[in-house]
Amino acid sequence: MRVELDVPKCVASGQCVMAAPDVFDQRDDDGVAILLEERPGEELLDDVREAVAVCPAAAIRLVEG
Amino acid sequence: MSDALACPVTGASGPLPEYPLPRAAECPLAPAPAAQELRSEKPITRVRIWNGSTPWLVTRHADQRALLPDPRVSDDDLDPGFPYVNAHRAAIAPVSPRLITNTDAPEHTRLRRTVNGPFVVKRIEKMREPVQKIVDDLIDEMLAGPNPVDLLTAFALPVPSLVIAQLLGVPYEDHDFFQRSSSLVLDGSVPADEARRVSGELAAYLDNLIIQKTADPDDDVLSEMAGRVQAGEMTHTEAVHMGVAMLIAGHETTATMISLGTLALLQHPDQLALLRETDDPKVVANAVDEVLRYLSIVQTGVRRVAKDDIEIGDVVIRKGDGIIFDLHAANWDPEVFPGAQRLDIARPARIHQAFGYGPHQCLGQNLARLELQVVYGTLYRRVPTLRLAAAIEDLEFDHTGTTYGVHGLPVAW
Repeated sequence: MRVELDVPKCVASGQCVMAAPDVFDQRDDDGVAILLEERPGEELLDDVREAVAVCPAAAIRLVEG
Repeated sequence: MSDALACPVTGASGPLPEYPLPRAAECPLAPAPAAQELRSEKPITRVRIWNGSTPWLVTRHADQRALLPDPRVSDDDLDPGFPYVNAHRAAIAPVSPRLITNTDAPEHTRLRRTVNGPFVVKRIEKMREPVQKIVDDLIDEMLAGPNPVDLLTAFALPVPSLVIAQLLGVPYEDHDFFQRSSSLVLDGSVPADEARRVSGELAAYLDNLIIQKTADPDDDVLSEMAGRVQAGEMTHTEAVHMGVAMLIAGHETTATMISLGTLALLQHPDQLALLRETDDPKVVANAVDEVLRYLSIVQTGVRRVAKDDIEIGDVVIRKGDGIIFDLHAANWDPEVFPGAQRLDIARPARIHQAFGYGPHQCLGQNLARLELQVVYGTLYRRVPTLRLAAAIEDLEFDHTGTTYGVHGLPVAW
């Protein structure tokens, strides 16, 4: 599974960092999301799914492949 | 009443209900019965508001999640179709500066990124220790004072005021002034001209403090904004506005989540006991989100206007139509939260929309969560015998403000 982050849509709310801190971080100055792990391990997928669900900008997708 | 099972879920909504919809007097913490009925019967329907216009009301969780991030759903309050909350908001819209609260992408995205720095998760997390000290000290003071006491004035209002003072970088010796002034500005019983005078004093105080921080910067938000002013990224006036906005937006809302949240937990003693007995921060964090979901204190609805025709379900929202999103109704949607009328601190609550949803979701939500986690994780453990010192029927609730609240919460221990 691969994570896609649509940076221009990101509103920097940090909800992905709260849900999946091993997969996402934020830029220090403006909080825009940073993808740390494009292909996170199986054990992190539940966190990523929560990040997808709580992102207010709908800027994260978890896709096959 | 251990839960809201007995609360009405139908109300005389009629063909064109007046919005905001009234709550049931016997269930002061539940959503309006008519909102619950509309959610199951007519989830996207026209309502009538104060100026006679008839915007759409959206009550289902799924529909709100589909529409709020949709770029055709706009926050432009200069659009003639915008469903203003009241006459005052309608009057000031044309003379208001363009801010994060009335713009769309891409302008909104740019503006939001310039003010978002202080709310980055890692920076907010650094506030946990100072917030804990503020909460501990206020509980010490409360326990040394009169019993019973009004929890709102003794504890719930001072917590966010002192936290914001610390975040902004207000010197300790000015905390009393800062807290007294911000409480006066928010106190509905203070005459309007007095509130305006104090509000002007606060703005002048922040104005002066930003000038001081420009010369002598520290590790705080006002110093950071002073730096942005010097770098030409924002104007001095914008920085002052932002300081005042942070104070106003984060004060009464957080205080209400402390006072009403305590009331909700006292009404659910089994849930309060679970919270009191845990030392797992994840359990406390989820409890905070569940109380946020349960109370959903924004009571005037999130207001938007359609910039294009939008087909959703079996309705077409036309370009120029106003849209209102009732967050409380969505957060009690049984399709997402089974048994939604029960406060259950162990349920998956994170997907609630108490902070709204979409690009305008509350800027300060991470700070609010942190403050509430510290409060809910501390107050009930340190004061295990905390109880309501009045009959719930005698409490006075605020049905008219942007956020719901209670005018005082007498407690004893």
